[in-house]
Amino acid sequence: MVNESVKIGIAEFKIARTPISIITTGLGSCVGVCLWDPIIKIGGMVHIMLPDSKQGRNVLNRAKYADSGIELLIEELCKNGAQKSRLVAKIAGGAQMFNFPNANKTMKIGNRNIVAVKNTLKFYKIKLLAEDIGGNYGRTIEFFTKNGQLLVKSICKGVKVI
Amino acid sequence: MEGYFDLNEMQLDALKEISNIGAGNAATSLSIMLDRKIEVSVPKVNIAPFAEIIKTIGGAEKEVAGGYLLVNSNTPMGILFLLPGEQVPFFLDLLFGSTSETQTVNSQQLNEMQESALIEIVNILAGSYLNALGFFTQRVFVPSVPALAIDMAGAILGEVLQSIGIVSDYALIIENMFSEEEKKINGYFFLLPEPQALEILLNALGV
Repeated sequence: MVNESVKIGIAEFKIARTPISIITTGLGSCVGVCLWDPIIKIGGMVHIMLPDSKQGRNVLNRAKYADSGIELLIEELCKNGAQKSRLVAKIAGGAQMFNFPNANKTMKIGNRNIVAVKNTLKFYKIKLLAEDIGGNYGRTIEFFTKNGQLLVKSICKGVKVI
Repeated sequence: MEGYFDLNEMQLDALKEISNIGAGNAATSLSIMLDRKIEVSVPKVNIAPFAEIIKTIGGAEKEVAGGYLLVNSNTPMGILFLLPGEQVPFFLDLLFGSTSETQTVNSQQLNEMQESALIEIVNILAGSYLNALGFFTQRVFVPSVPALAIDMAGAILGEVLQSIGIVSDYALIIENMFSEEEKKINGYFFLLPEPQALEILLNALGV
């Protein structure tokens, strides 16, 4: 049987059940957050681009931010039978693609995204199992809901599974 | 300006027109630098969710060289020049006038000189573009030094769209395509005004 997959773009999210995998391409300073319930093998991914929904001026799309995006993902997974206490997380992304000669702190958005994601996971007491973060390169990721594995591809570093 | 959707037909046309002139100016500069005839397409204005914007440039995974710079904080705008990754060696050949040596260049492993040449190109293109924009709007636009990244298009554009993401779920992107006769070069030039900058531009144009 060919394994099916679904795709999400920037500031989007989706949930899927085994054996369907979820793919997002071209993560730069954005972070792909994957949550998984290992018992019923349902998982979800959100492609967040900014750290904090409280700094946004109009928050219509909750999937855009680390805090509201993870919250949204938990809600949707639990609505579909997952148990919040069983959820585990894997994350990838948070690079810094452009290196401006005199960059100020607000420009280091990749790092701020990672911090916000980790804080939010901690807040919801979700264990972070693995991560592939930072650097200055883009990543494409595929999350397998059948076994919770996260495949990370990049142009300069090749493929790895976390 | 609350959102990009409030723009009327006349305002969109005005934006296309200034982009047309700006890009024409930039194409002339590029033409002189490369000693080739560079043509510039009719500009397109696209207002779409971020995921759609990334699709329009040929997919998030496509390898591209991106030069990105920011225009001063009073009129916050981003300028991005994208060149398909496989064209980078040819582009460098034209610049340095060399042949076989740079043909084998891996775009992931440029030396300092090659990187700085690409940054300089973006600098000149953006400068010419902003000159025309400044002439029309009677304003001075101060660009930052460009930064360069060669990687997946989605990763590059994602970072560029972030500053707009703070204020909007959609981006307005004005696109011009550069090409030369033999079709060995086709670069994309994008102007991404934030809502605040858009208001200033439109006011200055009187539409």
